[in-house]
Amino acid sequence: MSYVRFENVSFAYGDNQILKNFSLALEKNEIMCLVGPSGCGKTTLVRCLLGLNRPSEGEIYVGDTCVFSSKRRINVPAERRRIGIVFQDYAVWPHLTVKENIAYPLRKRKVPKPEIDRRVEEVLRLVRMSEYINHLPSQLSGGQQQRVAIARALMTSDDLVVMDEPITNLDAKLREQMLYEIRELQHNMGTTVFYITHDQRAALQLGDRIAIMDPQGELVQVGSDEDIILRPRTRFVFEFIGVTNFLALKRVDGQYRVDLGSTLAPWPAQVPPELQNGAVLDVGIRPNDIVFDSSSPFRGVVRRAVFLGSEYEYFVQAGDKSLRIQQGALDASLNGIAAEGSEVGLNFLNPQYYEAAREEGAR
Amino acid sequence: MINLRRKTRDLAVLDGRRRVGLDSIMTALSFVLLLVIVVTPISMIVYHAFFHQGQFSLDLIIDQFTRDTTVSAMWNTIKIAILVTIFGTIVGVFYAWLLGRSNIPGKKLMRFLFTIPYMFPPFLGAMAWDLLLNGRSGYLNRWLMKTFGLSSAPFNINTVWGIVFVELSYYFPFVFMQVVSALERMDPTLEESARIAGAKQGTVIWKITLPLVTPAISSGALLILISSLAHFGVPSILGFSQGIFTLPTRIYAVIARSGGSFEGIRQGAALSILLVAVVALALWIQQRVLRSGGYDIIKGKSMRPTVINLRGARIPLFILALTTLVVIVLVPLGMIFLVALVRAYGLPLIPANFTLANYQRIFTASGTLESIKNSMILSLSAGVITMLLGTMVAYVVQKIRPRGSSVLEIMSVLPYSIPGTVLAIGVILAWSGSLGLNLYNTLWIILVAYIARYLSFSMKTSSAALLQVHPSLEEAARTCGASHTESLRDITLPLIRPAMVSGFFLIFLPAMREVTTSVLLYGPYTRTLGVQIYSLRDAGMMPQASALGSVAIVLIIVVNSIVNALNQTRKGV
Amino acid sequence: MAQVQVELRHVTKKFTTKTLGDIVAVDDFSFQVYEGECFSILGPSGCGKTTCLRMIAGFEDLTEGEIYLSGRPVSSSKANLYVPPEERDLGMVFQAFAVWPHMTVFENVAFPLRIRKVNRAEVERRVKQALQHTSLAGLEDVYPSDLSGGQQQRIALARAIVTKPKVMLLDEPLSNLDPHLRETMRFELKELQRKLGFTIIFVTHDQSEAMAISDRMLVADMGKIMQIDTPENLYNRPINRFVHSFLGESTFLKVVIKDGQVYAEGDLEQPLGVAPPPDAEPEMILATRPNAIEITGDTGYQSRIETRIFLTDRTEYLIPLGSQKVKVQTPHRIAFSQGDSCRVRFVDPMWYPVEDSDAEKERARRQLI
Repeated sequence: MSYVRFENVSFAYGDNQILKNFSLALEKNEIMCLVGPSGCGKTTLVRCLLGLNRPSEGEIYVGDTCVFSSKRRINVPAERRRIGIVFQDYAVWPHLTVKENIAYPLRKRKVPKPEIDRRVEEVLRLVRMSEYINHLPSQLSGGQQQRVAIARALMTSDDLVVMDEPITNLDAKLREQMLYEIRELQHNMGTTVFYITHDQRAALQLGDRIAIMDPQGELVQVGSDEDIILRPRTRFVFEFIGVTNFLALKRVDGQYRVDLGSTLAPWPAQVPPELQNGAVLDVGIRPNDIVFDSSSPFRGVVRRAVFLGSEYEYFVQAGDKSLRIQQGALDASLNGIAAEGSEVGLNFLNPQYYEAAREEGAR
Repeated sequence: MINLRRKTRDLAVLDGRRRVGLDSIMTALSFVLLLVIVVTPISMIVYHAFFHQGQFSLDLIIDQFTRDTTVSAMWNTIKIAILVTIFGTIVGVFYAWLLGRSNIPGKKLMRFLFTIPYMFPPFLGAMAWDLLLNGRSGYLNRWLMKTFGLSSAPFNINTVWGIVFVELSYYFPFVFMQVVSALERMDPTLEESARIAGAKQGTVIWKITLPLVTPAISSGALLILISSLAHFGVPSILGFSQGIFTLPTRIYAVIARSGGSFEGIRQGAALSILLVAVVALALWIQQRVLRSGGYDIIKGKSMRPTVINLRGARIPLFILALTTLVVIVLVPLGMIFLVALVRAYGLPLIPANFTLANYQRIFTASGTLESIKNSMILSLSAGVITMLLGTMVAYVVQKIRPRGSSVLEIMSVLPYSIPGTVLAIGVILAWSGSLGLNLYNTLWIILVAYIARYLSFSMKTSSAALLQVHPSLEEAARTCGASHTESLRDITLPLIRPAMVSGFFLIFLPAMREVTTSVLLYGPYTRTLGVQIYSLRDAGMMPQASALGSVAIVLIIVVNSIVNALNQTRKGV
Repeated sequence: MAQVQVELRHVTKKFTTKTLGDIVAVDDFSFQVYEGECFSILGPSGCGKTTCLRMIAGFEDLTEGEIYLSGRPVSSSKANLYVPPEERDLGMVFQAFAVWPHMTVFENVAFPLRIRKVNRAEVERRVKQALQHTSLAGLEDVYPSDLSGGQQQRIALARAIVTKPKVMLLDEPLSNLDPHLRETMRFELKELQRKLGFTIIFVTHDQSEAMAISDRMLVADMGKIMQIDTPENLYNRPINRFVHSFLGESTFLKVVIKDGQVYAEGDLEQPLGVAPPPDAEPEMILATRPNAIEITGDTGYQSRIETRIFLTDRTEYLIPLGSQKVKVQTPHRIAFSQGDSCRVRFVDPMWYPVEDSDAEKERARRQLI
């Protein structure tokens, strides 16, 4: 049963069409991560959901309530939508104590004081900030302020909370910790969380489902982490989530060969029959899906070998193309490392094929 | 974080149906008030300078501009301003270096002494120096003549150089502040990389540090230049007796001698055009220089800059610096208090001649008490009104961003670059009946002038404060259930309140002690404190003038301490 | 036998602060850097790396010890010797580039030569050469503020190499560049070193960067040297818990050793199936890397997959061992599902004692956590 629905939402800023017929559904109690490069329109979408921006067309539903409909002329004002929000810069009010910050949504709803006190204490316990109840934000660290923002969002609504890049301003270690805490909190409370970020790693770690937006504001894929990683629908998704290598395949005499610029090389993997329609194909392979195989007909020369700790990274030249290869430490200790300048054979595991060049093709 | 300059107008237009909301009212009000308070006086000056009885005519302008008195006044103005700028800059840079980069002792003490000139009106300082070094009757002069058997006074403060000296002792902190800040916050690796490259300390200062602080020096110097061009107080005290006029004092003289007649004011308007032209030229230079200048040399991380070891020169320089500061800052202050106590001007300043009679006299004279009352009323009201008006305009310009907000911005900062003398004339021309409203000889006309004059101060402080209130803070309140008005009341206002309070005092203090504007606008019952001190002096009652001056000083110190105490408690929160 | 280019002998630096009393920023640092080496000093903030570099450069005096450059002493506490930076003939690149905005690219790079009173023609020749090396040819008359961060970094580099110094000091030079550019500059730096043959001392807090470019590394914490070795040895055989966790990802497991068998804390029934170290204590920390733990079907400690997350280049599993949870990473092709039972095997782990090291205590004292 979908809990939040965007239906054909469009939004323009002057001549700039940021969202066009955008549709997405969130299930109740899930963490949905919306990922996309900076400026793709995800924050705009969130602001439309909250009522801070007004779409030109479309409909938005939260639960059974329609909060926006262009054709029915419905536009519930922001202060009545009851959606919790955690901003990137926390937006914790510096002149109010932690307690006053968190109690604000309840004050606005004219909840009686003893009830407010009780609920504030409860939510502070959940975010582990009970002893800071009377502190001012200036006395708190970034991570602590973030927790206050989360608590305040939960006070506004424990059904739906939106988080817009909440951990970007924290240092690496704290980021990991906060992701863990957000996940735990969500499991305990069952809140539906709509998490917006450009950081695909955070999205993969956090999301039950992940929605990917391209720079033009189009939704290109929605799925689980496994779907996104192992079955990327388009070239954009494949390239967005992590480092990739791309080679061009040309069909010559019924066989696919790799276009290396000045030469053609044999393609050691099997192109699945259902894709063997194009004369030219783009194939993408992840660095850790390329392995050294002395028996492979595809050859290259190791230009650079870099030790990165948990893996070795190689830059291998084949014709005019440069390929990036990662070898795990375990593999390196079993099979040895490739030396700079040596000639190697390469094999390609789990390649992703796409129609060539201009547009990303569908599978 | 995208869209920092997001149209927060969206915030207001969120209720499906557009209403005439708070925003539209504030915008309209801002435009109207600024038009009335700022644009009208300024247009009146231009009109009356170039139009006579409805006809365009350059006669007045040509007549005024070609007079010898005008030409000499203009040259004096420019000459003094340039000299003050040059020497003020040298002194400012010298101290900036000492305090910002060397290991000289007593930095805290000297910094404290620097804050004093900001507090006191330059005309009081001029008065004090006049008491000391007046060409004929100055106390120090007479003592020196007697002690060393001189036939004539060795120093004469009533000269162009005298005016330069007193002005620069009040203006050099402008350069000091800018340069010391640049020196302290400059990225030290800029100098360290020069040393690694092989340059010795001296080369580093000459080739790296100095060029990099030049923009700060220019910025401060231009500030001095513009301030001096428009300055009234010091030349009026030191120059009149010797017939030395600058444009601002010339304008005053023209109007005063005509007894405030319309013709006199018209002449004043014509001369104002000249003065504004000179100031505009300086402003244009400032724009050009500042646009090309600025280097990004300040780094976020707080790194301590390299300190130069003065070694042997440490103590001598300290003595020199401290003595100069004491002379410039404390000596005039002391003079005022001493002369306030003397029974009659000219008597030696020894305890035998001291009496409290002067204080008695000024406090019983109705004129004095009334002038203090007037100044307090004016400063309080100007402070409050300007602060509210300035905040509203700042909010409209920054957060509401209607069409034409740049016009609003310009209108609000325009008066800052118009000399106080000129503004006073504009206000007279606008509000003495020609437009239907006659405020002449009332406190109102002075109030209106003050509001116009100080509006840009509160605009700037409120703007800076509003900039700190990120839109997301208001938006967070909206999503928590607060309406637009509620979010303003609960979030924005409390956050800018400290700035508004500072803004108030930023206006209250200068208004209390100012004389430039009120000297042209006062009537028999609407003297301000500054004007009263002036009048007493004009009438030759030096001890009483000093007594009142000392009262003004005490008043200012008291208010300043309150402000500082308020700032401290706020920091502790 | 390679020559020693830089040597520190028992170098110590003490600061007296108002709030924390005496801080020993650098405590008894002794090490040698050989000619042509790329040597990194790595550690978290407060470890002493920047202070150490500044002492080598001559911006800080030392409290005790000696520093030698190419065999010549430049700082010595007992001889009361201190050679100022301008006489040490070094090249240095700073984190924020420190390129002079009021001078053109040419003037920036020419500065060190002009200080040395090199004649005009020679200055021109050498500056052009340095600009060639750093891919800045043609930009001589441009001002730094018109160039990108990466180009400004190259100006700093060109300026540093133009005097052909034997030793180059780099203070976190790449941390202000975006990740892609960082990689390119790393490579260019190594190429430059290969071409011109100078020695590099590179200070950073970024362990992956240090490992990628260094021939040898020094890892420091709270002013003390932890370990000096090649990146591979530091990564595979870290001497203590700090070094282990600082380089790459670590998995630590508290274990109980009884009767020659190793048990995970919380499960004293099933042994982990790994051999205890020779000098075992009753309680120890077993340390390994998440990708050095094998998930097998048949040998090892029996457990199950609690959670599974797909990351870009690996799959991450959380597997309970006793009362703790262990993070294991495998390539995608080794696939298990949530809830699957599995067996876990440790491949050649490291062993560490349980109690806090001195550095941890110092860190707590400085409240830098």
